[in-house]
Amino acid sequence: MRGYIPLSILLASALVLAGCKREERELRPSPPASEVVNETQVSGLNPGANPLPTPPTPAMYEESAYAVSEGKRLFNQYNCSGCHANGGGGIGPPLMDNYWVYGSQPQNIFTTIVEGRPNGMPSFRNRIPQYQVWEIAAYVRSMSGLLPKDVAPSRSDQLYVRPPEQSMPKQTPVGVTGEPQK
Amino acid sequence: MNPIPPISGLGSAVALFLAQFTGEHNSLHPAGPQASDIEWLYWVIFWIIFVAFILMITGFARAAARNRTQAAEMLPIMSDPEGDRRATWAVSSAVAITVLTLFAVLFMSVITGKKVEGRTSTNPITIQITGHQWWWEVQYPSPQADQTITTANEIHIPVGRPVVILTSSADVIHSFWAPSVNGKRDLLPGYSSAFWIQIDKPGTYPGRCAEFCGLQHAHMGFSIIAEDDNTFKQWEQQQLKPAADPADPEAAHGKQVFATHACIMCHTIRGTDAGSRMGPDLTHLGSRQMIAAETLPNTRGALAGWIIDPQRIKPGNHMAPNLLEPDDLQALITYLQTLQ
Repeated sequence: MRGYIPLSILLASALVLAGCKREERELRPSPPASEVVNETQVSGLNPGANPLPTPPTPAMYEESAYAVSEGKRLFNQYNCSGCHANGGGGIGPPLMDNYWVYGSQPQNIFTTIVEGRPNGMPSFRNRIPQYQVWEIAAYVRSMSGLLPKDVAPSRSDQLYVRPPEQSMPKQTPVGVTGEPQK
Repeated sequence: MNPIPPISGLGSAVALFLAQFTGEHNSLHPAGPQASDIEWLYWVIFWIIFVAFILMITGFARAAARNRTQAAEMLPIMSDPEGDRRATWAVSSAVAITVLTLFAVLFMSVITGKKVEGRTSTNPITIQITGHQWWWEVQYPSPQADQTITTANEIHIPVGRPVVILTSSADVIHSFWAPSVNGKRDLLPGYSSAFWIQIDKPGTYPGRCAEFCGLQHAHMGFSIIAEDDNTFKQWEQQQLKPAADPADPEAAHGKQVFATHACIMCHTIRGTDAGSRMGPDLTHLGSRQMIAAETLPNTRGALAGWIIDPQRIKPGNHMAPNLLEPDDLQALITYLQTLQ
């Protein structure tokens, strides 16, 4: 019986720490000068002998409710919704279903936004700061239920015809697997 | 931390009270008829309360002094119908006077409110103010789209002319408050309201957001600049022009930097490709006195600091830090300063 007490304290503090992560607000993401060009590798094909370094996975953006809500704000304000609507698609493909043309991993979405894609998706290189691209990528993933429920936005300021991101059923991505190929 | 000694607490309360009578942000220095009406009401209530206060303190002092002389001996209980009647009369007349005074003050408040709201004109200037987190969009609407002026945080009006302010908000509830011009007015998202202002003395009148609206609420300022008719007309004509194409090569380079970096995602410069409505309109940025919602002076250094790292100056605001090469930054600022 006595042995459970330290264990439960440990578990409780782990829960508390996990809760903090959700509320973490990175207002000044990084000193601007330290920003590096992110080269995301999404294909096994490689020029030359040395493979490109794998970029770090930006877990902090997918674990912070603030970052995802910022992503939601930017998704509308940068007019992503102009083509993708509120996830249902239009000129661009829908984002709330399970089909991913260019992969469902945050790195894939990051590359899609920064580099653009054929047949319409423009490149936002230099136009959208890197940390905001990660925030938008996290929000895009929340639209098909790929983010934990405690992080995904639970309400909208505008009238939406679909449930909030928090209540979206979790989809199993098909199409490109999305894992950066080794 | 040391506990604050009571004397310094009292000192700061007194300082706060005295600050009411000095400085620019002051509702007791009315600049127009609306503010004068409100000031009149303020002083009426002040003097009523002052008289009540003096009467009360006098009563207490007399009671205290009287008790002290008779404290030594116990008084026998005796009936005093004359005294009882006097006491009843005194208490009921005090209650009656209090109630009547409160009703009188209520009446005066309603009358003043009507007066402030009721000043109308057939020849007003209309200004649409939209609150954003955390700056003010200022628009001078016109039936003709190309005659509409859009600017931010700096409201120019001619002296002595009534102005209708239409309010709205783009995100959360803000409150428009220029103390020496009029009372507070809430800016509600999805709802428009209107009120009148008028300024009779030329000058710059500062204002603030008066409804907590998020991280940078405390730095959400604006200013109303009242100027004579000619100066206002000149300002209006200047603001109606689209941005001039830069003449010197550095400014031209700056224009290119603006178009190829994050600036263009949020800001408008009329006459160029930049047309986003997320951030303040920068078409005539060079003509403004302050930047960042009255937080920084509009100088080269402040602009550079603000563009490179706005999150250090106003943490949480919606402008992203910009990674610019020194040459690009200098050119960009040169360009922004040409936007007169």
